[in-house]
Amino acid sequence: MQSVSKPQKPPVIVSPNSFLAWIGKIFLLVIGLFAVYILAINLFDKPYLFAQNVINGIQLGFVYALIALGYTMVYGIVKLINFAHGDVFMVSAFVSFFAVERFALHQWPQRLFPGFNPSLSTVIGTVTTILLSMVICVLLAITIERVAYKPLREAPRIAALITAIGVSFFLEYFGLLNFVFSARYIPYQRPFEVVTWYIKDGIHLVESGVTPPDGAITISNILIIIIFATILVQIFLQYLVRRTKIGIAMRATSFDKPTARLMGIQVDKVISFTFAIGASFAALGGVLYAIAYPSIRTLMGVYPGLKAFVAAVLGGIGSIPGAFVGALIMGQAEAMTSGYISTPMRDAIAFSILILVLLIKPTGIFGEPEKEKA
Amino acid sequence: MLLEVKDLNVYYGAIHALQGISFNVKEGEIVSLIGANGAGKSTTLRALSGLIRPRSGSITFRGEDITLAPAEKIVQLGISHVPEGRKIFAPLTVRENLEMGAYIIKDKSEINRMMERVFLSFPRLRERLSQLGGTLSGGEQQMLATGRGLMNKPTLILLDEPSMGLSPIMVEEIFRIIKEINQEGTSILLVEQNAQMALSVAHRAYVLETGRITLSGPAKEIADNPQVKEAYLGV
Repeated sequence: MQSVSKPQKPPVIVSPNSFLAWIGKIFLLVIGLFAVYILAINLFDKPYLFAQNVINGIQLGFVYALIALGYTMVYGIVKLINFAHGDVFMVSAFVSFFAVERFALHQWPQRLFPGFNPSLSTVIGTVTTILLSMVICVLLAITIERVAYKPLREAPRIAALITAIGVSFFLEYFGLLNFVFSARYIPYQRPFEVVTWYIKDGIHLVESGVTPPDGAITISNILIIIIFATILVQIFLQYLVRRTKIGIAMRATSFDKPTARLMGIQVDKVISFTFAIGASFAALGGVLYAIAYPSIRTLMGVYPGLKAFVAAVLGGIGSIPGAFVGALIMGQAEAMTSGYISTPMRDAIAFSILILVLLIKPTGIFGEPEKEKA
Repeated sequence: MLLEVKDLNVYYGAIHALQGISFNVKEGEIVSLIGANGAGKSTTLRALSGLIRPRSGSITFRGEDITLAPAEKIVQLGISHVPEGRKIFAPLTVRENLEMGAYIIKDKSEINRMMERVFLSFPRLRERLSQLGGTLSGGEQQMLATGRGLMNKPTLILLDEPSMGLSPIMVEEIFRIIKEINQEGTSILLVEQNAQMALSVAHRAYVLETGRITLSGPAKEIADNPQVKEAYLGV
């Protein structure tokens, strides 16, 4: 899971000196120079707007990081791109939506005990809602793994990959049914109010219905929550992987399954656990994303999922710090494209990054050359 | 009888790798399987530890049938397999490798006690504790693999080619420790190409040739057998 240098050669999709790779490099150079030029002009022209874009990018990037961790951990342990991961993210948003809308779970302490402190009630209720979404997504991911991937453990990797795409389609088109989530955009009822501040000559609260003055940078409580939650997740994950028995067993299993079994490690349980951890992070991301961008629909997981996958590849698939760094870069790329080129371009840029990474450095930023096993 | 193998047949696809072999290991013994490359020595160990499923035959360990038991269960019964090529977890530190060796032991203080015990035999590992397994030298990796195999307090330890790729001094050292482990009560099934060394420490030995046992007896007798001398001892 974590990188260690190995002597084997990387599996090059295009040999580094080939014509295509050179075209890729020149293309990247041109794009890079162009991007730097645009960014520099705008940085000097309107620094506050630039800062605002950076902040928007951070918000997106941190959510992508939560999803990308699941991709990279699952890949690290079973060498499978779990394409259903983005749909787990979507299911989480819907679970929290139903919990809040139908059952007012976000206010349960106050509803059970009428005299309860309202703000404390919101905090406890929101955390409960998030935990519920996480638990349901963990169960979903474990079920997917048991039903769809485990029987294919010894099959060629391409079979499992195609199955993953199939599971993803199943979740999406099952969700699209009218009696499930339907195809509509649904306004998401947030468990708590999003509070926005603007920064210009000090920090001021943005009153509802009032636009912040020109030249102000706005931030919101959900941005701060997303940043904190993601950093906590990173710290938790580092602790898990470095210090706990199951975490070390995950790394051992990811490196060499037969030898892990000789140690008495129950490889199937470790794999289930990895899917569970990844799904719980995606679920957390799903709820936070829905709060930040409060319109949900069944296909909402497709693009964030794919971009988080690109982030994981960019960072070096299998590497946990790589997923984080890759996601931050993806967030910035997307926010800058939306801000300075055009919003529809952001997806094109995201997938161009994927193509460039695969052409120039398929192992990503932190990636280790893949060990081909006999 | 500690380990009893009867009429074991193992296939790799269409290849009949083990053709009905039978042997046993008694409590406190060092038993050696010797034979050329491809004779089926490693296959035998892999079948014993549950990494491959035999097609027929039986494996009994302390009276319990473990023929089709999964690897992770066999470890818990007290069989530890130190695989061929050492199979160190390269991205894990030496300490983490040893901790994984004790994966089935829940008690932390017990794990620390076992680690101290391993350091008695392999003091070098203590100096390397926080180093990554993949950065150790070949000899150190063999020490780590053997130490890791001892961490779960096995009744029987399966050693696959412990001398492979080591310098003569290191080979002496490893075999000295194998004897030491045995004197403390652990039974050993030793697979070796270095027949001379193997026969010098073993109590009994079996000669394996293309999936069949062709000769068995006390190690001394085997070492004196003229055919063995010619084929494996290079005399």
